[in-house]
Amino acid sequence: MFVTQISVFLENSPGRLAEFTKLLKDSNIDLVSLSIGDTTDFGIIRAVMSDTEKAMKVITEAGYTARLNDVLAAEVPDCPGGLDSVVQTLSASGISIEYLYSFVRSEGKNAVIIFRVQELEKGAAVLEKSGVHILTNEEVRSL
Amino acid sequence: MENMIWNPRMECMSRDEIHEVQSERLRAVVRRVYENVPFYRNKMQELGVSPMDIQSIDDIDKLPFTTKQDLRDNYPFGMFAVPLSQITRVHASSGTTGKPCVAGYTSGDIDRWAENMARSMTCAGITKQDVVHVAYGYGLFTGGLGAHYGAERIGASVIPVSGGNTQRQIQLLQDFHATAIACTPSYALNLAENIAAAGIKKGELSLKYGVFGAEPWSEGMRERIEDMLGIIALDVYGLTEIQGPGVAMECPVKNGLHVWEDHFYVETIGKDDKPQAYGEQGDVTFTTLTKQGMPLLRYRTHDLATLDAAPCSCGRTHVRMSRITGRTDDMLIIRGVNVFPSQVEFALTRVPGITPNYQLIIDRVGTLDTMEVQVELAPEGMEDTVRGLENLTRRIEEQLASSVLVHCKVKLCQPGSLPRSEGKAKRIIDLRKDKKNI
Ligand SMILES: [Zn+2]
Repeated sequence: MFVTQISVFLENSPGRLAEFTKLLKDSNIDLVSLSIGDTTDFGIIRAVMSDTEKAMKVITEAGYTARLNDVLAAEVPDCPGGLDSVVQTLSASGISIEYLYSFVRSEGKNAVIIFRVQELEKGAAVLEKSGVHILTNEEVRSL
Repeated sequence: MENMIWNPRMECMSRDEIHEVQSERLRAVVRRVYENVPFYRNKMQELGVSPMDIQSIDDIDKLPFTTKQDLRDNYPFGMFAVPLSQITRVHASSGTTGKPCVAGYTSGDIDRWAENMARSMTCAGITKQDVVHVAYGYGLFTGGLGAHYGAERIGASVIPVSGGNTQRQIQLLQDFHATAIACTPSYALNLAENIAAAGIKKGELSLKYGVFGAEPWSEGMRERIEDMLGIIALDVYGLTEIQGPGVAMECPVKNGLHVWEDHFYVETIGKDDKPQAYGEQGDVTFTTLTKQGMPLLRYRTHDLATLDAAPCSCGRTHVRMSRITGRTDDMLIIRGVNVFPSQVEFALTRVPGITPNYQLIIDRVGTLDTMEVQVELAPEGMEDTVRGLENLTRRIEEQLASSVLVHCKVKLCQPGSLPRSEGKAKRIIDLRKDKKNI
């Protein structure tokens, strides 16, 4: 029902991001999607990986602070208004969005939007009821 | 020197007379603490010393030392030598961990403190004709009330402004025509810079004298303050445990601070725990000779300085202490407030989600000290939202605020990015030392 996301803490200083992306490359970690939330002092990398267990092992063994948490992955048509309808649905149900990011795996296919909301169960139910497909871990990884 | 001397009888007595006064007062204070403070009775019994063994001030090295740890062990009132009913005032300064250092005063102690501050302020040139702007904080901190009572004793007009709100302070300095100011030297410099920035020329203010203390400062900083404000800036020394400001005061000769020796016996203790000869640097150690509320024997301040008993051209005979040249422990002074790394450590252990590693970055922005506490984020503290981590940062700042009395900014760091526990020095990066005005 939910998708597992890895969040990694990075200091907001030169070279930190490059160090991290090099680690992923060197360890052959396949990224499904990634976003960064940041302040002047720090950044949080949020990523969905093809192999969450392996990625988590590599990242924590390299000394990073990371945690796993569930997010919603909603499939929307890759066209204008695709994002809006989903956000409106959540908003109308009083569900506030902490952050979101999106990705399109291959051309012509639907886009996937990753949502972090306070009430995951309720968010998923509301979206499914409105006809939005909520992807599972397996579905996201096989995109 | 043309400045008046508040109490010439006491301030200019011969060295022999000082010796006699100190001997008599030491005998009395030793008897008092032996009878009334279990801590001292036990310490003296351990050392096999009885009050009878103390006949003159030369016997001082038979007496035990008192440390900050001893004060903490007896927190809050265990060092008081009189019943609480005779204590009329309590002050406190920050201790080495969560608990502050407490001092209790009888009405007689407050009276002697006012006398010592009156001596100190007179020494700086202040008379009853002056208007004294007190910009030290008023409260548990001794600075504000100490300067206040001293100026009042002289008969000057006291403006009890307390700290903060620089623009208002400048307005009051202009409107009330203050001729003297008392505050920390870094705040004096901050005021001077704001006065200059406001386009006010030094001739437009009436200031003539500055009495600055509660933190170490340098000759360079003195020159800048004197030049910018057009005043004579002198150093006043004190600490809550011993009295507050007015334990020692620099005279206009600017060659050391006279320690009011009829009230405080001062030693400089070497690394071997023995009193050093005059001129040798050591840990400044005070015995209060007249305190009733909380007399202390040989209290180790951990301030490093030298002493000089040679006659001073101002006419005062009391021994002169050099500027404080350093510390024997890791105490930091941030905006006049004592901060110990152990206080920071203590606060950090109370917040889940971070590792015990930390680093303190002390800096000076403009004229004000800043302290940043860098801490490593632990896996259990990790959040996927910026808000979550900002909440953690705020929880740490709140915890720090309750044990460290100055505001600290908290910065989260990646694990492994801060130095490990080897060597405490690495935990503290004091960038102020490289800046020219200290
Ligand atoms: Zn002098």
